[in-house]
Amino acid sequence: MRTRQFLKPRTVPREVDEIVDSLPMQNIGSQGYDPWGMHPETAKISFTAVRWLYEHYFRAQAFGLEHIPDTGRVLIIGNHSGQLPMDGVLVSFAVANKADSPRLPRSMIERWFPTVPFLGNLVNSVGGVIGDPKNCAKMLEREEAIVVFPEGIRGSGKPYRLRYQLQRFGHGFMHLAMEHDTPIVPVGVVGCEETMPSLTNIKPLARMLSVPYFPLAPLLPLPARVFINFGKPMRYANDVRNEQDVEWRVEEVKDAIRGLIDTGIAQRKSIF
Amino acid sequence: MSQAKQPARRGAAAQNNTKNSTGTASRKKSPARRQKPAAQPQADKPRGIGGGSRGKVLVTGAAGALAQHVIADLKERDYKVVGVEFRGLQTDYPDTVDYVVDFNTRPFEDVFREHDFVGIVHLGRIRFTQSSRGRRYSANVTGTARLLRLALKYGVEQIIALSTFHVYGADARNPSLIDEEYPMRAANLMPEVVDAVELENLFNIHMYKHPELNIAILRPCNIAGPGISNEISRMLSQPVAPCLFGFSPLMQFIHVEDMSTAVMRVFEDKKPGVYNVAPDDYVAYQDALQLAGCRRLFLPSVPPWVAQRAVRALGRYAPPDYMIDFFKYAVVIDGSLFAKTFDFTPRHSLSDLFGHYRAAK
Repeated sequence: MRTRQFLKPRTVPREVDEIVDSLPMQNIGSQGYDPWGMHPETAKISFTAVRWLYEHYFRAQAFGLEHIPDTGRVLIIGNHSGQLPMDGVLVSFAVANKADSPRLPRSMIERWFPTVPFLGNLVNSVGGVIGDPKNCAKMLEREEAIVVFPEGIRGSGKPYRLRYQLQRFGHGFMHLAMEHDTPIVPVGVVGCEETMPSLTNIKPLARMLSVPYFPLAPLLPLPARVFINFGKPMRYANDVRNEQDVEWRVEEVKDAIRGLIDTGIAQRKSIF
Repeated sequence: MSQAKQPARRGAAAQNNTKNSTGTASRKKSPARRQKPAAQPQADKPRGIGGGSRGKVLVTGAAGALAQHVIADLKERDYKVVGVEFRGLQTDYPDTVDYVVDFNTRPFEDVFREHDFVGIVHLGRIRFTQSSRGRRYSANVTGTARLLRLALKYGVEQIIALSTFHVYGADARNPSLIDEEYPMRAANLMPEVVDAVELENLFNIHMYKHPELNIAILRPCNIAGPGISNEISRMLSQPVAPCLFGFSPLMQFIHVEDMSTAVMRVFEDKKPGVYNVAPDDYVAYQDALQLAGCRRLFLPSVPPWVAQRAVRALGRYAPPDYMIDFFKYAVVIDGSLFAKTFDFTPRHSLSDLFGHYRAAK
């Protein structure tokens, strides 16, 4: 609290203050927290840093933001890459910073995040939430926008040689979309693969540190250009007969994301 | 309060209490009535509801701070209250305690023989920091099993049991807004609190097997406020409170007066079930400490064994080491079912609550 009070007036410009204040935020309690630990005042400090990363470091460009509904529940489903969850941060910022009806999406994060000192609280304070179906369901009931990377660590931890190859998607997001009558907005992120290219996963070190992977990669993200393309919303009725039907629908979403990745690669003139 | 001469049989807990006694020799020994029995109902006088009052209610854990409020609220609503205490850890008992008796001893049945209870409010539970694991299990689980048998035998119409949100266990993978259907993972995550889970299982079995008992189980978040001496309240009361470096889990707090109101709502409305009781308001642990006027003492948090040693070294100034995860990971419960069912909104804000601790420093 005191750290926040010290940092905020010294770091947060008025524009960021206004951007965050303009975002619709439900469920914020008397002490400024929502049930998932989001704290707008802390988020402003993080947003200042993310804004700089988005605009100046990664020079990110977002297209198709009009496909994000202005209000109501939505699942934003994308490809995961880059060892660190930088893609989630950039996608969330793009939606929060859009000109018309901005909103702060909640990103589903890996379950081990809260075990790391500071990281868990920091990620929660800017809207990150443990990737648990119960969390997701409760947030959809509260009409939130949620960013999900169904590949999980299979996507983020993959080596550079597998770049832009979608790994297996979990089916959880599709079940949630069907059960909660939620539109899916596919998103293709291009550039994050190059921010932290990994040659291999040093498994013994990962086991020792109790983390899912330990990449042989640059210590800091490289300043690759990032292109984010949002696709048209996809809707699915809750009428599947078996899990095979769900898998077909998941493949449809994957195909849409593949198309958006191809668009991003075509848009990119240079990696850095 | 006058002390009655007691029969020869004495409860084990009552005998233990004589060591701590600061009062007269007759005080807190007995199966153990500590005062004259309430007037026995006359044969021609209607018993229970309508017998001059709305009936008698047995309140266990009657020496506790929450019980003080519940008893006052019950009396205000024209119930007669019989307070029972079995914890045997207090140095003195307030006037709300009518009997000091171990639930596992035979004399406990005398309490039921002497009174005709319409309801039981079971608040008495030995907390994790009190006593040994074996003793906790014996008192909390075996003792409560006996309480339930007697309630059934003597036709008690309603039982309210106080559980705790700790039954969900603290884990990094916990979702937020845990609802009542969520598994009670504490049994797996922290075996030291298994008695709390067992206690709930016991009530759950009786809830379905004996619906006539109208059992309601309340799982409140952190209860705090004047008089409360649980772990979190102790931390907030200290001028310097420990916290783990890099961890500040989201917490929920309910004021003791609001918790008493919640108990009364259940008692009046008689809607059996399992309910989380928590306000729709949240605060991070380190923020709570600062709002309560505490200075933070940062303890190393990784690796976990270092954190455990640091906590152990602080002794009573820190929570027990097996509860350390509750100070690392958020256990946020969803109290919406209770709020909706009983039209309940807490009266005290978090600022009120922490203001109390700040003012007391």
